[in-house]
Amino acid sequence: HQVLRIVPTNDEELQKVQELQDLEELQLDFWLAPHGPGHPVDVRVPFPSLQPLKAHLEANGVSYSIMIEDVQALVDHEQREMLRSRRQLPLSTSTFDYTTYHSLDEIYTFMDLLVAENPNLVSKLEIGRSTENRPLYVLKFSKGGRNRPAVWIDTGIHSREWVTQASGVWFARKIVLDHENDQDLASILDKMDIFLEIVTNPDGFAFTQTQNRMWRKTRSRHSDSTCIGVDPNRNWDAGFGGPGASRNPCSETYHGPYANSEPEVKAIVDFVKNHGNIKAFVSIHSYSQLLLYPYGYTRTPAPDQEELHQISKKAVAALSSLYGTNYKYGSIITTIYQASGGTIDWTYDQGIKYSFTFELRDTGRYGFLLPAKQIVPTAQETWLALKVIMLHARDHPY
Amino acid sequence: AVMELPPSHYAAARAAALAAHYACYRRGSPGRGLALRAVRRASRQDIDDVGHKYYLELVLEDVLDKDSTVNCTAEVLYHLGNKNIAPDVQFTIEGELKNTDEADNVFYNRIKSLEKELVAEKIPDSHGNVPPEMEPIRLLAWAASGYVIWQNSTENTIFQLAQIKHVKQVKRIDEYLEFDYMILLHEMVSQEIIPWQMTVLWHPQHTVQVTEDSRQPKHASE
Repeated sequence: HQVLRIVPTNDEELQKVQELQDLEELQLDFWLAPHGPGHPVDVRVPFPSLQPLKAHLEANGVSYSIMIEDVQALVDHEQREMLRSRRQLPLSTSTFDYTTYHSLDEIYTFMDLLVAENPNLVSKLEIGRSTENRPLYVLKFSKGGRNRPAVWIDTGIHSREWVTQASGVWFARKIVLDHENDQDLASILDKMDIFLEIVTNPDGFAFTQTQNRMWRKTRSRHSDSTCIGVDPNRNWDAGFGGPGASRNPCSETYHGPYANSEPEVKAIVDFVKNHGNIKAFVSIHSYSQLLLYPYGYTRTPAPDQEELHQISKKAVAALSSLYGTNYKYGSIITTIYQASGGTIDWTYDQGIKYSFTFELRDTGRYGFLLPAKQIVPTAQETWLALKVIMLHARDHPY
Repeated sequence: AVMELPPSHYAAARAAALAAHYACYRRGSPGRGLALRAVRRASRQDIDDVGHKYYLELVLEDVLDKDSTVNCTAEVLYHLGNKNIAPDVQFTIEGELKNTDEADNVFYNRIKSLEKELVAEKIPDSHGNVPPEMEPIRLLAWAASGYVIWQNSTENTIFQLAQIKHVKQVKRIDEYLEFDYMILLHEMVSQEIIPWQMTVLWHPQHTVQVTEDSRQPKHASE
């Protein structure tokens, strides 16, 4: 299609041009309709009508020029430009947009940038591969030493909980920004390392972006069931297979064929065991606004319940201090439900005393579909609670 | 025997969520959404041969104005055994809710004057966005889903409206507005996402009505 510009110079020419509007078979699309001599008339002309129209204009002495030679080419070009600017990978962590949700590629690029910009503080470890062979990356923040006591934080184990991966990205940057000037963080890093796994379930995450925004589980196929995926927060070896998980592969809380069947879970288990010196473990979910400690699989109170309860109280107070966000806290089983095979039940029974789970914003108004503008406030307030936990771990070595 | 529950206990949370959804169904409109802000107090009474009754003191907030809250007392009775009877809910709101006549009328007139029936999908979208003109459609679904949630709740469920997958206006000859919604409910104990169809009728000055609703099968693509 071409776009022609016609400028009728007098009333006679104008009339000739106006007549064209009635010739429906030409399928002319007037971008600027005729309304007076001397005023340009722009018209998009489908290919079959080009010759007849030009012939008509020339026969009547009406001059025209070709404004757009090929409309399709222009549209294609614009399309490509739009896709390119949207998909443009970040160039540095300071130009990265923390106020929006990102794709897996963008987050992986962010990690590499963060490491490149801060090689003395940050390194990237690959702790395994997912079912679909995606790398499982953990960022390590360390000021030195060898096998220092460490804090572990993971986000995105349930892929639909998008505010968690987004918060993980923000935490990573926050640690880099504050590691010298924030007294608390600096003193934590003087004694301890921080491990951060931002996309703990990359297969699920990719699936939420391409196929089903509400996908929770991994993407593994185990039985001859047509249903895919295991709930990675029911797959740990703590009360595995007990009440509080499902043995139906089609269920959202399917525990899997056996404990650690999921490579995403096994990778963390292996890491924790090999490291041997993790002192605090925080697994982050959304939504409900809760801070939880073990147990989920049994009503028996955790031996350290009193201490964990006090830490939670303090952490929640710190979190609320920023924007007034209301959190409840308690053991998993008394606060939400019985859940077996859960992450922090396993880590606690491994001896990691300070094991906590967060359920971030909100309480159901948006649920998993939390507006992007709440990412930063959520991450900011959560960070305050995380610091309380990390400080406590630093001050209470065991 | 009446037993006091810590407000953070899951049983209190579930009964409170149900009461809030019910209140939203009875008082909600395209101009007003109510959500649970906090549980102040909760107690539970086991009544032999009848069921479990919860006494609640709640704070509800106006979804459109977070600073606007009201206190609410509620009683929720979950019937023993029979899964097909909806829980009995009674509630009292202390004080006045903001008047929404203007917003309701604006929405009503806007829809009435549409040339083509309204159609929309994915509210909110994947990133949590709700176009401003869709907010009343969403609040209407919020209120109507309160009915569906109430009818399908037990002591072992907590439902939330996760998303409006699709909504289509159905033209009517009378003065009511009718919308055919396909929503996704998130059930938090099982963590399932449940598609549900509901037909909603509304007119300013009238409470929201759900004339038809049915659970839908999960898609094979999941």
